[in-house]
Amino acid sequence: MRIVIGQGSCGIAAGAEKVRKALLGADINCEVSVTGCIGMCYLEPIVDIYDDDNKLTRLVKVSENDAEAIASYINSGDKSFIEKLEVSAEDSEFLSKQIRIALRNCGIINPEQIDAYLEADGYTALKKALCDMTPEEVIDVIKTSGLAGRGGAGFPTWFKWNAARQSAGEEKYLICNADEGDPGAFMDRAVIESDPHNLIEGMLIGAYAIGAKHAVVYVRAEYPLAIKRLKNAIAQATEKGIIGNNIFGSDFSCDFTIKAGAGAFVCGEETALIESLEGHRGMPRLKPPFPAQSGFWRKPSNINNVETFANVAWIINNGGEAFAAMGTEGSKGTKVFAVTGKVKRSGLVEIPMGKTLRDVIFDIGGGIKTGKEFKAVQMGGPSGGCIPTDLIDTVIDYKALGATGAIMGSGGMVVMDESTCMVGMAKFFLDFTAKESCGKCIHCRIGTKRMLEILERITNGEGKEGDIELLEELCYSIKDGALCGLGQTAPNPVLTTIKYFRDEYEAHIRDKKCPAGECSALIEYKIIPEKCKGCTLCARNCPVNAISGTVKNPHVIDPNKCIKCGKCFTVCKFGAVVKE
Amino acid sequence: MEKKTVDLSLLDGVLEEYAPVKGSLITILQHTQDIYGYLPKEAIELISDKTGIATSEIMGVGTFYTQFRFEPVGKYLIMLCQGTACHVNSSELILQTIKDELGIEDGQTTEDGLFSLKCVACLGCCSLSPVMMINEDTYGSLTPDKTKKILKELREAAL
Repeated sequence: MRIVIGQGSCGIAAGAEKVRKALLGADINCEVSVTGCIGMCYLEPIVDIYDDDNKLTRLVKVSENDAEAIASYINSGDKSFIEKLEVSAEDSEFLSKQIRIALRNCGIINPEQIDAYLEADGYTALKKALCDMTPEEVIDVIKTSGLAGRGGAGFPTWFKWNAARQSAGEEKYLICNADEGDPGAFMDRAVIESDPHNLIEGMLIGAYAIGAKHAVVYVRAEYPLAIKRLKNAIAQATEKGIIGNNIFGSDFSCDFTIKAGAGAFVCGEETALIESLEGHRGMPRLKPPFPAQSGFWRKPSNINNVETFANVAWIINNGGEAFAAMGTEGSKGTKVFAVTGKVKRSGLVEIPMGKTLRDVIFDIGGGIKTGKEFKAVQMGGPSGGCIPTDLIDTVIDYKALGATGAIMGSGGMVVMDESTCMVGMAKFFLDFTAKESCGKCIHCRIGTKRMLEILERITNGEGKEGDIELLEELCYSIKDGALCGLGQTAPNPVLTTIKYFRDEYEAHIRDKKCPAGECSALIEYKIIPEKCKGCTLCARNCPVNAISGTVKNPHVIDPNKCIKCGKCFTVCKFGAVVKE
Repeated sequence: MEKKTVDLSLLDGVLEEYAPVKGSLITILQHTQDIYGYLPKEAIELISDKTGIATSEIMGVGTFYTQFRFEPVGKYLIMLCQGTACHVNSSELILQTIKDELGIEDGQTTEDGLFSLKCVACLGCCSLSPVMMINEDTYGSLTPDKTKKILKELREAAL
């Protein structure tokens, strides 16, 4: 028997390291090792037990106090010790309904040992590419596969590779954009933490295809575990001769470096990323020239995102046709989504393109956790938009999602229920983009600021007639005038919420009401006398003594004193406090 | 909080390794902050001397990226996630709780030098939202009560 503990960032935050220590201290005679993130984040910490026939028993929401029960099971084989921890059939469907290519090893192999990756056919695709294929043939296979940039824009990968290959010059760079900045997205973190060698292999194949001798990963400094595991993987691959000179006896040589980003969303834009790599402020360059002609140190460079590279080795091994067999006419293969927010089962979902949003949110994600109504799903982060209930059957396809006003994006899927204010959501994203705007072009720097001010006014109950039209006008000018993708897409959250939830904007502006009950300036807390038991809990928790009443008698909130902090609403055990 | 005198010799190794490598300014600043906890003025001047990059340019880069600080931080640096999933799951309540408990605003440090608060963009632990990171440890599924308990335990541990 052997025990494997899921230790991605999510797992560790949920207590996986404590569980591991407890198991190491328990009286058991079996191997205890780690793996990355299986993607069932809502069930962490997860402990997998494999018996001698490699049959898996998966335990979920394990705490360090369960170590003894697990030890008893291992020593006796009596399942009754761990029955209550075993994953339910319903939860198992979260994984069985997925098809995993980019995430194929995540949560299964040990990310800290290269041998585990080699046993899972690791680096066979690289060997095949270097020994049996020309760079042109590699690019052809990628072309057949239809793989497109998974960072969000969906640009055909082969086209970028080919452009960099065709570019004149001996010195070229292959760069991986691991600056996963979209709030609500963590697919790339999971891939690097759970299967770093898969990223390295995909990058080396890409470097061979474009003719680069240098590979660079630009990774967020906020991902310390990802950086640690990637560094470890690079060292192991270098030791085995998989990174370095004459890899697998071929003429191909490539070195590998990691650069940690320093926290700037705009560095997800490829020319800003290059500026940052060179040690400057991450401000975008004018295009053309494109990085394929003049990129890092003004040399031909190719930049792809982590998930894009994570598909490459599989495609080389299984053929472009196998990848292209999945998906829709315009979008091939699978896509990974980080499903979060008000959804029952949150985590990583990889499914073939062509499935619907309903499949992901309801069938796999289990629907809304609070028992409330589904309201919208936000895709593509600050560059994307909110898709409402009546478009829930939209298929996952670059074009179909683009038609809604949102974008495929890098894979963040934040699910919202009726308690989320859509004007507040637009304000949230504009606050983000206004802060993250690099300031180079006026449309983005000042435009996002003005939009944010209008949205703040509306949510504070100071909206005016004409504000919606003014917002729309600003949106279109910023889209047309901004220099880079950050500014050009910054209006999307506003445009989509106006398009689908215009009535909410109007309620804020005309009636001074927030239908979702979220904007504190527009709500009032009241106590329903029939429901109030007079327990005094609310009065004791009110920071401004706005609640009066005697024991066992209904209490009353003084609206003139109330600061709308919502504490009474949170602490009331009888549902007697309501927001209006 | 009083600033300690800055021992610039701690930077020798970093500058020796990275000053000659072009494009290394951000890496040097990251190491500097690892050593001192922030970017001291004296260190910036030394980096400028050794790399030939003007102090104005170093400040330009340092202020551009959210990672860099120019003031010392407390023993515990609280990074409260303000990502989308955390926002949807009421991170605002957690922010209010921390502010109330510690009496500081975003970007400030408590008088006893124990806690600093910084609101950050997504930490990538969205499934556990709302989330905060204190130094290297991540705390998830926060509620106001859980947050108070964590702060209390850290305060006691520091005594």
